[in-house]
Amino acid sequence: MTFAVHADGLTKRYGRRTVVDCLDLQVATGDRFGFLGPNGSGKSTTVRMLLGLVRPSAGTVRLLGRSMPRYARQVLPKIGALVEAPAFHTFLPARVELAALDEAGRGASWRTRRVRIENALERVGLGDIDDRPISRFSLGMKQRLGLAAALLRRPRLLVLDEPTNGLDPQSIREIRDLLLELNTEGTTVFLSSHLLSEVEMLCTETAIICDGRLVAHDSLDALCGPTGRVTLRTPDTELAAHLLERVLEGRDGYSLVARTKNPMALNAALVSAGVRVSELVVERRTLEDVFLELTGGDPDGDREFVPDEL
Amino acid sequence: MIRVELRLLLLRRRTWMSVLMLATLPVIVAIFLKVSGLGSGSTSPVFLAEVIHNGTWFPIAALALVLPLFLPVAVLLLAGEAIAGEATAGTLRYLVIRPVGRGRLLAAKLIGIISYLLIAVTAVTVTAFVVGWMLFGLAPVKPLGGTGPPLSLPQAAVRIGLSALFVAASMLGIVGVGLFLSVITSTPLAATFGALGVLVTAGVLDQLPAAAAIQPYLPTHYWMAFVDLFRAPVNWSNMKRGVLLEGGYGSAMIVLARIVFGTRDITS
Repeated sequence: MTFAVHADGLTKRYGRRTVVDCLDLQVATGDRFGFLGPNGSGKSTTVRMLLGLVRPSAGTVRLLGRSMPRYARQVLPKIGALVEAPAFHTFLPARVELAALDEAGRGASWRTRRVRIENALERVGLGDIDDRPISRFSLGMKQRLGLAAALLRRPRLLVLDEPTNGLDPQSIREIRDLLLELNTEGTTVFLSSHLLSEVEMLCTETAIICDGRLVAHDSLDALCGPTGRVTLRTPDTELAAHLLERVLEGRDGYSLVARTKNPMALNAALVSAGVRVSELVVERRTLEDVFLELTGGDPDGDREFVPDEL
Repeated sequence: MIRVELRLLLLRRRTWMSVLMLATLPVIVAIFLKVSGLGSGSTSPVFLAEVIHNGTWFPIAALALVLPLFLPVAVLLLAGEAIAGEATAGTLRYLVIRPVGRGRLLAAKLIGIISYLLIAVTAVTVTAFVVGWMLFGLAPVKPLGGTGPPLSLPQAAVRIGLSALFVAASMLGIVGVGLFLSVITSTPLAATFGALGVLVTAGVLDQLPAAAAIQPYLPTHYWMAFVDLFRAPVNWSNMKRGVLLEGGYGSAMIVLARIVFGTRDITS
């Protein structure tokens, strides 16, 4: 299988300091991939190595199945990217800047340029932008324009670093919807962020990097697995509490918290004993729990002990 | 990229402001000369004194005025900014992943700078020609040294044009230094300042008798050689050496810049 992004043993050292340490990343074509890490964890350096801006000290990168930076000329035209903040020649109006960018790079047809520019602007919600210079744009507009620049070539892979930076909640939602739409059209989305909610709401796969090392690389579902606890509501609290005595962790009015690896069996046991269960929720770990635990930001993080019984 | 770079250069207000300033200097000098009726004194090149008698000399005088400092500063601001400026603005990474090849980017910047040089010397020369004509009138030019027949106006015009080109070519050495520094630093001003440092050092050594041994190899050594165009007969040897030297320094620095830029991490 060819991956949209495939890094193998990717390492970057500056002198004695190792910024990225033997990173393996696989992003399947069509994925929405979240690349998470605290500030200074090596996220940006990794993104720069993927795009051929920074040379790895060791390891290899393949984008869309081709080795980077060797085939940068062939690969990069199929990739749209936002690397940290967007940046422009700010004395130009948006359309002129996009045209200049498009013309500067290789492999873009001038025949379709105007259409592609209008299309990209339309998609990011800047369709009716006027001729003012970019220096007079708001932060949010610049962010959108940066995204438009990334979309100019109708890329097969989008590499985005904090794309919702500086946007209001409404805009964040629009951008997320846009990314989902692009993804359903077949674009692979690689989203690098320290915003957990962003990744949680958009991505299906995720990797977490901390101090230059990969500490998790899995689907979001697998990472945010059950904690081994269920919360249930029932009017028959006494009976339920009695039945669950050995696994009961807490009790608050009509709701009980119990430890179990098998919620179905627990429910069946309760019901067959005549307990009317109105609600049963399997508690899952939040991405925040996982993230803080793995990145060591949560010194007394509660590691769950899941007993086998029930 | 080359077309884009040229367009950006021409769209930039700064470009035209600096050209305007360069062209204004000779105008101001001409007005003072006219009002006072004095030549510029005995120390400066002969032809500045000639100007008040014959405006045809004025473009040459104007080129000599902007050559030592004003033109180098203007062009080094541009050269220093070439890569370091894009890096500071953050646009460098977006250009490189667009992708614009690094060699192509450097070539585009070099072509932009050369175009700016040509625009600048043309502006200075043409302005000075018009001002000289209006304030002092045009007359056939007597060659320096006093021998030989005077140059007709068309002949003088050709030589003025050649002088302007030579002045532009004189900048190539320090432009190369500026571009190279622009690649290795991330601050445009540092690159500009470094190249100006080279210029000043060369200027000082060129006046220092103790440094006589290396003077023929200093990038500023032949800068005034275009005056030789107005001797009879024309002495080409210094101009040839000047162009060779500038071309040599310029290409060496640009090759070096290309090598360094090719493998440099772009972390801006």
